[in-house]
Amino acid sequence: MVRIIDRRFDSKNKSAVNRQRFMRRFKNQIREAVADAISGRSIKDLDNGESVSIPAKDLSEPQFHHGRGGIWETVFTGNDQFSSGDQINRPQGGGGGGTGKGKASNEGEGEDDFVFNLSREEFLDVFFDDLALPNLVKTQLARIHEYKSQRAGFTNDGTPANINVVRSLRGALGRRLALASPYQGRLRELQKELEALLETSPPDDPEVLRLKDEIGILRAKIEAIPFIDTFDLRYNNRVKVPKPTTQAVMFCIMDVSGSMDEDKKATAKRFFMLLYLFLTRTYEHIEVVFIRHHTVAKEVNEEDFFHSRESGGTVVSSALEMMKDILHARYLNGAWNVYGAQASDGDNWENDSPHCRELLANTILPFVQYFAYIEITPGEPQNLWREYEKLNGAHPNFAMQHIEGLPDIYPVFRELFKKKLA
Amino acid sequence: MSAKKQKRRHPLPAPGEWTFELIEAYHTEIDRVAREYGLDTYPTQIELITSEQMMDAYSSVGMPVNYHHWSFGKSFLHTEKGYRRGQMGLAYEIVINSNPCIAYLMEENTMTMQALVIAHAAYGHNSFFKGNYLFKQWTNADAIIDYLIFARNYLTECEERYGEEEVELLLDSCHALMNVGVDRYKRPAKLSLSKELTRQRERAEYLQSQVNDLWRTLPAQQIKAQTVEERRFPPEPQENLLYFIEKNAPLLEPWQREVVRIVRKVGQYFFPQRQTQVMNEGWATYWHYTLINTLYDEGLLTDSFMMEFLHSHTNVVYQPAYSEPWYRGLNPYALGFAMWQDIRRICENPTDEDRYWFPDMAGSNWRETFDFAMRNFKDESFIAQFLSPKIMRDFRLFAILDDDKEAKLKVSAIHDEAGYRKVREIMSDNYNLGSREPNLQVWNVDLRGDRSLTLRHQAYLRRPLNGEADEVLKHVARLWGFVVRMEVAHEDGRIELLHECRQDRRRTDKN
Repeated sequence: MVRIIDRRFDSKNKSAVNRQRFMRRFKNQIREAVADAISGRSIKDLDNGESVSIPAKDLSEPQFHHGRGGIWETVFTGNDQFSSGDQINRPQGGGGGGTGKGKASNEGEGEDDFVFNLSREEFLDVFFDDLALPNLVKTQLARIHEYKSQRAGFTNDGTPANINVVRSLRGALGRRLALASPYQGRLRELQKELEALLETSPPDDPEVLRLKDEIGILRAKIEAIPFIDTFDLRYNNRVKVPKPTTQAVMFCIMDVSGSMDEDKKATAKRFFMLLYLFLTRTYEHIEVVFIRHHTVAKEVNEEDFFHSRESGGTVVSSALEMMKDILHARYLNGAWNVYGAQASDGDNWENDSPHCRELLANTILPFVQYFAYIEITPGEPQNLWREYEKLNGAHPNFAMQHIEGLPDIYPVFRELFKKKLA
Repeated sequence: MSAKKQKRRHPLPAPGEWTFELIEAYHTEIDRVAREYGLDTYPTQIELITSEQMMDAYSSVGMPVNYHHWSFGKSFLHTEKGYRRGQMGLAYEIVINSNPCIAYLMEENTMTMQALVIAHAAYGHNSFFKGNYLFKQWTNADAIIDYLIFARNYLTECEERYGEEEVELLLDSCHALMNVGVDRYKRPAKLSLSKELTRQRERAEYLQSQVNDLWRTLPAQQIKAQTVEERRFPPEPQENLLYFIEKNAPLLEPWQREVVRIVRKVGQYFFPQRQTQVMNEGWATYWHYTLINTLYDEGLLTDSFMMEFLHSHTNVVYQPAYSEPWYRGLNPYALGFAMWQDIRRICENPTDEDRYWFPDMAGSNWRETFDFAMRNFKDESFIAQFLSPKIMRDFRLFAILDDDKEAKLKVSAIHDEAGYRKVREIMSDNYNLGSREPNLQVWNVDLRGDRSLTLRHQAYLRRPLNGEADEVLKHVARLWGFVVRMEVAHEDGRIELLHECRQDRRRTDKN
């Protein structure tokens, strides 16, 4: 007797637990890999996993075995040249010498790094972990697009539940009219002829009988046309449309003066990434404008934004001016939701800071959904912070945060997120 | 068979895609032929699984249930990577030594492959599991699944009570000692779920009391000093390190002892498989080949089925020569298949040479000889007993002596009249776990002093321990809780201290 069991539909991820254990154990290595990945990828590229490599040494599961050395006598196959007592040179390492000596197997696995792929969820998990996001926020952000189903006309096929009765019957009526029309025309002619004939001839005239026969046949033919045919059926068509249907533009403004080092830029990058993530959950289409500045501002691509270095003083207002100009030129046609994110170490030219505040209050804040400023500096807040503080209460769409480490980033978004959740 | 040949039937359909009905039809035929050949098997349970489930099974050492551990996750990721990139095919089958014998078939396989796997796993391996003495002695097919369920539940419970991390560290240490957790010469007790459960608590309490007694230091004055000094512990060296730790490690909690025991039992379960690779794979390969060919002779299989079958079969038994870059040692499928075929040949058509070498076997009933060989041997003795000169010539076997004190390698014997016995002897030794793996013993515990544990490596042919030994020793120290030393006893009688590992667990324990 045999039992055949179909297990293919059993729960899929039997070893998911083991995978999680593995991830937890090598958290530090994975976190490093993710940090590397973040500095290497575009801020828009958050929907992919990442391949992570861990040195084989860290992963080893040691066991007692024999090592190299001592006396080994091993049997091989395929003798093509040897006789008993032959002396052979030891093959040089690398196995190029032809005899893969059995000893290799005693040495265990190769020393290659262990490479595996993080899924998108796992990648985001590690990313969020650093930023100390609350769990609710994590699930909100990691969610894939929601779709809503929308009517989009009619189709010829679909499920019976979606049959549109009016359309289908209208189609049937049209078809019946079209198919019957040649017969109807001929019928009318015959009937006229018959009436004319009946006035002159008796009802049992052979010609009258012939006409009556023919009329009968035509009527039968017209009746044989089906009332409704599968051909007539029309179905309501529904399409799935991503729920976020609006578009947004996000301005990234970063200070690239000499005092902003790579670490600060890396923090800033995470800040921009997180904002971008928030926005992708709300808007379908997002444009990102990168403006970097020292004493003058410049619109650049992402690569230059994060990686090229400048030095010199800092005039923040130059960047705000530029943002204002771009905003007014390209994005004020009512179709765009505007977000601004500014990162700096706050070390602005003293006389410029009040000007920045005015620019922001009068020409930018009225047009943006949200403007977030982070000051990345280990010590006391700088002059720009003090100026911006004056804006803080007056404008609900303005947020600022002093950042020393990665977990400080999230509070900037707290307000923004609360609004979106409601 | 000749009577059967005449009533040719309609061949079974052989489409690429399998169906449940076809699997059942093929199974019925294979089962019938296997019975005719007298194969004695456990009942079969065939399970259809996806490739992902196959990887799951792979990474939990082939068992349908197992406890959780990161190393299984690692092996899953490794398998998955290899498979997704197409570097590695998955095994066509996994078969579990249980009663009923569970054989996994992967849904991607064609109908031909499913039939091959059924013959190979559900009849070949299955009958080997049931018949071979090592499996009978070391494993208990009736209870293994239950035991693994018990183990998983127990470990989950431990994780809830003591924390995942604590359990994980313990498992790491136990895994490191898994291959020295076997009594090679003593017969283990049978496993049973109900007994395990009822006895587990009892045993824990009893063990703890024993250990405490062993380490009791209070009434020291009462014991005569002299007898104490002479008391040696363990009285005789022990080879089963895990067992020794389970019973004697001073600081382990009862639940930790139970975990050590679980790992030891699972390791022990796989012990026979490590010792019968050539025999077992050869046996299964021989039988899938024979069963399928018999069905073909009866006219039940189409030619296209046979072409695909032979294609897979030849791949499985391919043996590259030593000089080829993909040489990975002797292929157990190839060697085993050749040896079983050769045994049948010697029984049925012996040559003079065979009569000289195998006087008892030549001309005997091949089924009886097969049965005898399958039941009573392991690789080492199987080769020593049955490797014929013909096989040595066919495989062109030769032995190389690699002595690290000599500048050159020496060919010690080849497949000629003078070398047959020598090659056979060396090859048998190559498959001897006792010489392949280092011989380690629990040598001494310093009962009166610092409670240190001394392990001794009895060197064999000057072979040293590998570089990981000191890492493993750290794991031993974690389990033992006091200083652990590793000595090596050279063959000339010198004793040398290799590593010493200190770990004073008492401090960390009392928190």
